[in-house]
Amino acid sequence: MATIPDDLLYTPDHEYIKKTDDPAVVVVGITDYAQGELGDVVFVNLPKVGQKFAAHAVFGTIEAVKAVSDLYCPVAGEVTEVNAQLDATPDLVNREPYGDGWMVKLKVTTPGDLNSLLAPSAYKAQIGA
Amino acid sequence: MPKTSTPAAPDAPVAARPSAAAAATRLFEDDRFDSRHLGPRPADIAAMLKVLGFSSLDDLVDAIVPADIRLKRPLALPAALTERQALDEMRTLADQNQVFRSYLGLGYSDTITPPVILRNIFENPGWYTAYTPYQAEIAQGRLEALLNFQTVVSDLTGLEVANASLLDEGTAAAEAMHLTEAVTSAPGPHKYFIDQKCHPQTIAVVKTRAEARGLETIEGSAAEFQFTPGVIGALIQYPATDGEVQDWRGFCERAHSAGALVTAATDLLSLVLLEPPGAWGADIAVGNSQRFGVPLGFGGPHAAFFATRDQFKRVLPGRIIGVSKDRAGRPALRMALQTREQHIRREKATSNVCTAQVLLAVIAGMYAVWHGPEGLTRIARRVHHLAGVLAESLRRIGLTIVYENFFDTVLVETDAKTQSRILQAAAERMINLRVISPTRVSVALDETTTPDDVRDLAQVFAGRNTLPFDPMACAAVLPQAIPVGLARKSAFLTHPVFHRHRSETEMLRYLKLLEDRDLSLTSAMIPLGSCTMKLNATSEMIPVTWAELGRIHPFAPKEQTRGYQQLFERLERALAEITGFAAVSLQPNAGSQGEFAGLLVIRGYHAARGQGHRNICLIPQSAHGTNPASAVMAGYQVVVVKTDPKGNIDVEDLRAKAKEHAANLAALMVTYPSTHGVFESSIAEICRIVHENGGQVYMDGANMNAQVGLCRPGDIGADVCHLNLHKTFCIPHGGGGPGMGPIGVASHLAPFLPSHPLVDLGHAQAAGAVSAAPWGSASILPISMMYIMMMGPDGLTEATRVAILNANYIAKRLEGHYGLLYSGNRGLIAHECIIDTRPFKASAGVEVEDIAKRLIDFGFHPPTVSFPVPGTLMVEPTESESKEELDRYCDAMIAIRQEMREIEEGKAVKGNNLLSNSPHTLADVISDAWDRPYSRERAGFPSAATRMHKVWPTVGRIDQAYGDRNLVCTCPPVSAYES
Repeated sequence: MATIPDDLLYTPDHEYIKKTDDPAVVVVGITDYAQGELGDVVFVNLPKVGQKFAAHAVFGTIEAVKAVSDLYCPVAGEVTEVNAQLDATPDLVNREPYGDGWMVKLKVTTPGDLNSLLAPSAYKAQIGA
Repeated sequence: MPKTSTPAAPDAPVAARPSAAAAATRLFEDDRFDSRHLGPRPADIAAMLKVLGFSSLDDLVDAIVPADIRLKRPLALPAALTERQALDEMRTLADQNQVFRSYLGLGYSDTITPPVILRNIFENPGWYTAYTPYQAEIAQGRLEALLNFQTVVSDLTGLEVANASLLDEGTAAAEAMHLTEAVTSAPGPHKYFIDQKCHPQTIAVVKTRAEARGLETIEGSAAEFQFTPGVIGALIQYPATDGEVQDWRGFCERAHSAGALVTAATDLLSLVLLEPPGAWGADIAVGNSQRFGVPLGFGGPHAAFFATRDQFKRVLPGRIIGVSKDRAGRPALRMALQTREQHIRREKATSNVCTAQVLLAVIAGMYAVWHGPEGLTRIARRVHHLAGVLAESLRRIGLTIVYENFFDTVLVETDAKTQSRILQAAAERMINLRVISPTRVSVALDETTTPDDVRDLAQVFAGRNTLPFDPMACAAVLPQAIPVGLARKSAFLTHPVFHRHRSETEMLRYLKLLEDRDLSLTSAMIPLGSCTMKLNATSEMIPVTWAELGRIHPFAPKEQTRGYQQLFERLERALAEITGFAAVSLQPNAGSQGEFAGLLVIRGYHAARGQGHRNICLIPQSAHGTNPASAVMAGYQVVVVKTDPKGNIDVEDLRAKAKEHAANLAALMVTYPSTHGVFESSIAEICRIVHENGGQVYMDGANMNAQVGLCRPGDIGADVCHLNLHKTFCIPHGGGGPGMGPIGVASHLAPFLPSHPLVDLGHAQAAGAVSAAPWGSASILPISMMYIMMMGPDGLTEATRVAILNANYIAKRLEGHYGLLYSGNRGLIAHECIIDTRPFKASAGVEVEDIAKRLIDFGFHPPTVSFPVPGTLMVEPTESESKEELDRYCDAMIAIRQEMREIEEGKAVKGNNLLSNSPHTLADVISDAWDRPYSRERAGFPSAATRMHKVWPTVGRIDQAYGDRNLVCTCPPVSAYES
């Protein structure tokens, strides 16, 4: 059973959004459900710090042994940090999707956009959890 | 207990009391080949039909193939020949080819296939009938051979990662351009530079690919070329096509400072002596490994190679063999980074290549194993030395040698009159020289060249039969032809595998050791859906290694290749009749290339009618991943058409999308019978809808084995179709290639078929060349020709009928044990069936992979896994498998079902059972540490047949993720195998 924490926001594309101490910056990763569906992650291709993405734009790709998937930017924003650990240990995405397996930190262009994301209950309903 | 098969009845019913005369006549009847090609005997066919509830094969076929598309007459092909007659016929054709000494070069050199390799690999069904190594546990032999090949390529080119071969040098260079495009960060529009001293056929293929994608190419002289913004990369040849060895360091520096990548098309033997491209700045190296022991074969098949820097490994085209480990921690090889490939990435793939040239890569790798670095160095030095001797002799005669620096190719400048005299003298001695211009001739020497050959050549150039000096005496005073700065300094092939097999006994045993690790058609059925692993008959294979077919240079003059020309004509005519088309091009080297070529033909046709804007390609959801990848390569935009729950194209969705895109509709790509193994009854309507909206229909011929003699793509409404000769027409899979993917087209498309820069193929409005050689892999075409000649029209049709029977028989026998995913009328299927194994995940914790691997314990090669539907197995037995073998396979499947029932009923442990731990190696089952909750006997000998014989997997279930996270694609140090 996939873990869907109650203190995060979600997208229909299986990204989660975690708030940080800085109200303008969020952490983005993929959900426990998504990593389970992908299987053993072998590579994560992430953007560079400073790159800007529109909402729903592809900001990276994630590769498992037999599947590859695009990563979609949940809301418009600018990348302020990327998880360099994933280079050497991409399996962090499998082991700690909500912890050390995070992908990018994003400075949100319009904080109000966060309101359009899915609440945990809505995401759970989507995946049938 | 499963029923066992009844003993086979005699081949033909014996008449009660034949007249003496009739009996005597029969004594002189030769053995018919069709009854050898087919698996089931007549009595078996009757029994199988009974199981299916039909009284005749005709009734069965009538119930399966829609009536409105049936061919209502026999194929108009010559009557069947016996094996002996067909071999005689092929010998007559081959004898019309003339084997000249070839010094044409252009990336193709005569070579000596070491006899131990010739007999034990090239002519050995244990190697050539194997499938692509998707089931790594029973493919460790050829995976190791391919790892050797990658190591050779990586060492000689000086680049970190190499793949396990591509189709030819031209397409490899084109793939390098695609890689360059994929990784560039430069804003468009992009341009690509091609040095004019690349091989002309390579330039042509690269340009075809570039034009299709709308990428501008600039052909010119590298020395003068200025990198301007937008130029993303460059292709150069090292040594150049005219033989010159140049220093490219400055060029690479200029390219890199402009953000462009450099691809070097190169030659492996020259790199034994020359500084490798990776050392002087090239980012990618490509080329043809043919001269490592693979016959010229009038153009192929040969293994092209591709190597690049580690940073580009995720966009490397083709299959890469990588090292990982199995569950017990043993080193284990398998195909790595598969997410790069078209079957996963579909329209986002950077390459559509699928089948490559495994058998030929294995041969080239083994050539290096056999000779080792010292042997290769001796060969390279000899070739280079003789080239130096020739150059010096010609200087003494008074001729001008254009370049001081060369490896094996000497460029001679004369006046036009002298040149024509030289060419005439050469022809008289059965020697082919390359004419580069009216005043320039080049001579490319090779491994087979002897001092006597050099004397002959000197006499040809001198224009007399005696020389005032012995050319070999020039040896003492040769000038340095490889500049000091370009001489190789690094060691290569240091791994023990390249040092250990110098005696023939050791080599023979090494080849046998690897062969025995693999499952090929020599030990069991390989029931891969969509791959048609039928018999590759011995008599079909025999001509392939005849010198009259093998020792012909692809650009030998037409008058020397009359036998080949007749063969092509006959084969084209036969394939046109079988497909119902007007014309055939034999150029594409694999299905993927056929798709690309066919889509280009369609583009050319639209453009010629002022409809060049048509760029939408409709592709059903269920299509093979190569289809969308090819469409994108050909410059189309892919629009996906839905598939209905039964696996058929959703006709209403197709109609809607065809109408929506009517103004820009270019083509539909459709597989028939469908990828789900069903003869869709709406196919004629589907073709009509596409035509009414201005599009052309491209038929993927992967499933042609269900059509031959029963219906024809051309009659159904297709405009183009490719044929996988390595499926339907008996070319062996070679463990992952060679293949051949010729295309047939309707008459309105014939002018747009591929052309070639060096040979006039007569296609007036061609879109260019798609392969390096004009007729693709010419030397394996006799295999398909032999098959067609020996089967004749009736035999070919019978093969289709029996293929359909065999598939339906399997489906019927598994009924009640497994669910069948898709079927047509009356629950019948075409030539393959999809077994639904998804329910077992919930009921027994068993994945499709577990069932596939457990089949290995039963001595079988698993069917296609998770294509076209995840979690399913697709089974295609082909007509060549006997009822006995089909029963053995079905019994295994039923026994596995029983094993799953034990898990379902709690008698076996979820997650620690016969399936989850499969495949079981010999080392596992005889280990003193056996601690499994089931017996060793059930693990290793699950059926009576396996006690007689089976191929044991040499490694257990492989950890795929480990190998992909830690990519190693050259031979690992020996210490890795110590445990």
